[in-house]
Amino acid sequence: MIIASLAFYLFSFIAITSALNVIFQRNPVHSVLWLILTFFNAAGLFLLLGAEFLAMILVVVYVGAVAVLFLFVVMMLDINVAMIREGFMKYLPVGAFIGIILLVELALVFGGWAMAPEAQALRLAPTPDLTQIPNTEALGRIMYTQYVYVFQAAGLVLLVAMIGSIVLTMRRRIGVRKQDISAQVNRRTEETVEVVKAEVGKGIA
Amino acid sequence: MTHYLAVFMPLLGAFIAGFFGRQIGDRGAHIFTCLGVGIAAICSIPIFMEVALGGKDQVLPVATWLTSGTFEANWALRFDTLSAVMVMTVTCVSTLIHIYAVGYMHHDDSQPRFMAYLSLFTFAMLMLVTADNLVQLFFGWEGVGVVSYLLIGFWFKKPSANAAAIKAFVVNRVGDFGFLLGIFGIFVVFDAVTFDVIFQAAPVKADATVHFFSRDWHAMTIICLLLFVGAMGKSAQLFLHTWLPDAMEGPTPVSALIHAATMVTAGVFLVARMSPLFELAPDALTVVTLIGASTAFFAATVGCVQNDIKRIIAYSTCSQLGYMFFACGVGAYQAGIFHLMTHAWFKALLFLSAGSVIHAMSDEQDIRRMGGIWKKIPFTYTVMWIGSLALAGIPFFAGYYSKDMILEAAYGAGTPAGRVAFILGIAAAFMTAFYSWRLLFLTFHGKPRADHHTMEHIHESPLIMTIPLAGLALGALFAGYLGHEVFVGEGRAEFWREAIGSTPGKDVIEAAHHVPGWVVALPLVVSFSGIFLAYFLYIRRTDLPSKIAGAFPGVYQFLLNKWYFDELYDFIFVKNVFRFGKWFWKGGDTYIIDGFGPDGLSALVTRAAKRLGALQSGYLYHYAFAMIVGIAVFVTWFVAVGAG
Amino acid sequence: MESGLLHVGLGHYLTVSAMLFTLGIFGIFLNRKNLIVILMSIELMLLSVNINLVAFSSFLNDLAGQIFTMLVLTVAAAEAAIGLAIVVVFYRNRRSIEVEDINQMKG
Repeated sequence: MIIASLAFYLFSFIAITSALNVIFQRNPVHSVLWLILTFFNAAGLFLLLGAEFLAMILVVVYVGAVAVLFLFVVMMLDINVAMIREGFMKYLPVGAFIGIILLVELALVFGGWAMAPEAQALRLAPTPDLTQIPNTEALGRIMYTQYVYVFQAAGLVLLVAMIGSIVLTMRRRIGVRKQDISAQVNRRTEETVEVVKAEVGKGIA
Repeated sequence: MTHYLAVFMPLLGAFIAGFFGRQIGDRGAHIFTCLGVGIAAICSIPIFMEVALGGKDQVLPVATWLTSGTFEANWALRFDTLSAVMVMTVTCVSTLIHIYAVGYMHHDDSQPRFMAYLSLFTFAMLMLVTADNLVQLFFGWEGVGVVSYLLIGFWFKKPSANAAAIKAFVVNRVGDFGFLLGIFGIFVVFDAVTFDVIFQAAPVKADATVHFFSRDWHAMTIICLLLFVGAMGKSAQLFLHTWLPDAMEGPTPVSALIHAATMVTAGVFLVARMSPLFELAPDALTVVTLIGASTAFFAATVGCVQNDIKRIIAYSTCSQLGYMFFACGVGAYQAGIFHLMTHAWFKALLFLSAGSVIHAMSDEQDIRRMGGIWKKIPFTYTVMWIGSLALAGIPFFAGYYSKDMILEAAYGAGTPAGRVAFILGIAAAFMTAFYSWRLLFLTFHGKPRADHHTMEHIHESPLIMTIPLAGLALGALFAGYLGHEVFVGEGRAEFWREAIGSTPGKDVIEAAHHVPGWVVALPLVVSFSGIFLAYFLYIRRTDLPSKIAGAFPGVYQFLLNKWYFDELYDFIFVKNVFRFGKWFWKGGDTYIIDGFGPDGLSALVTRAAKRLGALQSGYLYHYAFAMIVGIAVFVTWFVAVGAG
Repeated sequence: MESGLLHVGLGHYLTVSAMLFTLGIFGIFLNRKNLIVILMSIELMLLSVNINLVAFSSFLNDLAGQIFTMLVLTVAAAEAAIGLAIVVVFYRNRRSIEVEDINQMKG
């Protein structure tokens, strides 16, 4: 019990500080790295909640793919680090004000959360006993049966995103020299070599 | 059959020339319209003989029109003596004028339009005179008003013509307002607008009253006064006369047809048609007499000093209409209609020969720039003499019979109004003779005052114009002699029968036949004096006119400027109406309605949209901030108020 | 669901999620100079939602929450990809990813 609580506090503390650093760092590469740390700690929180599949997925997808993508883009763009902080302080009060209001309200709501008695009966997909079936298998069982349409839709979303990214960013550069193997192979002698009779001392004009 | 043809053939001619003028060309338009009115004229003669002389009054239905409760008004053609006389006059004179117009408008670009309008006018006038009920009469009334507007403004590229057309229509409108109120009054009292119903019920309603403005008024008097207001507008009587001289902007055939023979006589026709009602309203008749007599006098005074040939004749028309009205006013409706008929012939003749003169003088209309041309256009000169003799009432010409009958009737009526009318009529007769011969002498005699170029081009009009002139001259010569027996003579009772209302015991025409001898002779004496004075001033001592004008500059200017009526109306009505209208337009329409309506709304929307548009700054963080503020508001809402 | 400092209950997790969410919002409009950080802030917000969903799923014993979390994850990844693609194209055209330069869609 205590370990669980301690672990919770550790993970959440590091997650929140990392998030703060994401925003306040000057160097965007540093921001991305702090984001990665946030993701890891969130994965830890998931583990504590018993959702181990999601925790691992978070690491694989979020960190392994999305954060790396962020890193790629940040490194590709030529960003002037020095200019980034201007104007920051001007909007801090207003932003902080709104943020704090929101936070206080959310805390009010969530802190005093009470579960309605009927909540148990309204469950959409009751969790089976975790000692019998591991989390991953339980998820798999309902994912491919009850929620298969949703699953396919998610796949479509990913497809669209992929196509969209390619469409947006792919460009053909002109003047780039590339090999065209089939053209090379299909070359015929008559097109390339010409036998000319040259007279002595005159050359080919 | 002939009855329907007489009324509807001109409409057919107008329709064909109006809508298919381009296809059938000028020549086609001439032929169709002249045929239309010509056939109508030919049909009108047997109708006259059958209805007026033969005594066969009839009402021919055409179509049902309005029925609403007790109000019923249907299209029907009423043929009694009055309408038969009018139909014959209108169609015959109109045919001659159509033929004349073919020649007169020879160089015009839109001849089909002109001929179509002339025929359309004829149709409207025929509808007016053959109407069986007041609504149909009003249809014809308005119809002639509209076509008069179209014809006065025929040369619409001239601003003065457009202004004159509008003036004619607006002044007519004032009269029409009175007319409409009269029709409403009749419906209120009689519960019907059909003539037969009204005239049969008239004696019963003689003492009916209408309650208005917390007073009981004698219904018949009110109704007749209102109807007479309409007649004043249409017939250019005093106070509503201002449009007639300006109407001379239209081509001469228009002046001849509309402003001499037909439209302006519609007022007289109305009074005669409603005579059964007028006989029950002696006060209204007095008003009619006085207005008619004043008009006769007024117009004659103004006509004495005018210099435009058509304007002189226009004022002459105005004056003669006054005669017709005061004839009806004293109860001698028969004399009024008789004079209407003869006047149509000789006045149309005068106008058309004036047109011939204008044509000869290369469109010159000012008589001060004419003179010395009688040898060059002898035929026009002759017919103009005939017309003037008829107008002045010289014995055995047409006007003699009708005009003298009117003056005798005015005297013989014995009423104070009649005496006043007689005096003013005699004065007007003197002036009529004077200005007619002034016109003749200044136009045809003396040394030529036109330039050499014009004088060389003087030529008699072509046959197509002179033949109608001859036809009208025949009418001016013989219409009076042929008609006076049945119109105002011994045969008048069988002739008129029920068409003219009468009061038992009052036969003004009979009294007119028994007036003292000096009353009969006086008109002749004054006419001859007028001719002699004109001869003296314009042939013998040609220096005198300008000296006289110089001696009485105030009087001269007063008469030349038409007693300053136009200026008076402009000051009282026109300026104020314009000011009022401008105030309503600027303040009411533009500011209030547009301001709070479409314009204001659209400007408001544009301004609001611009302001709202500024929200689209393009900056992502602005949008994100707005969203977050929104979320914060929502969360606050649900925390404070609850999920509802 | 009792919660105290020692015994970690649903409320604790929800509070953590709320904090992360607020930080994400904070990041969006505080940031003037770097578009990438805005995208990262959005990822933070999505993460906080995920934590929320999983917390409820765990305490209610309802697996639907976890399924939904997976979907959110998917969408977040897709959106990050496209967002970054847009940033790249924008950079190619404007040579800058300063948020203040991205105002060409103004009304």
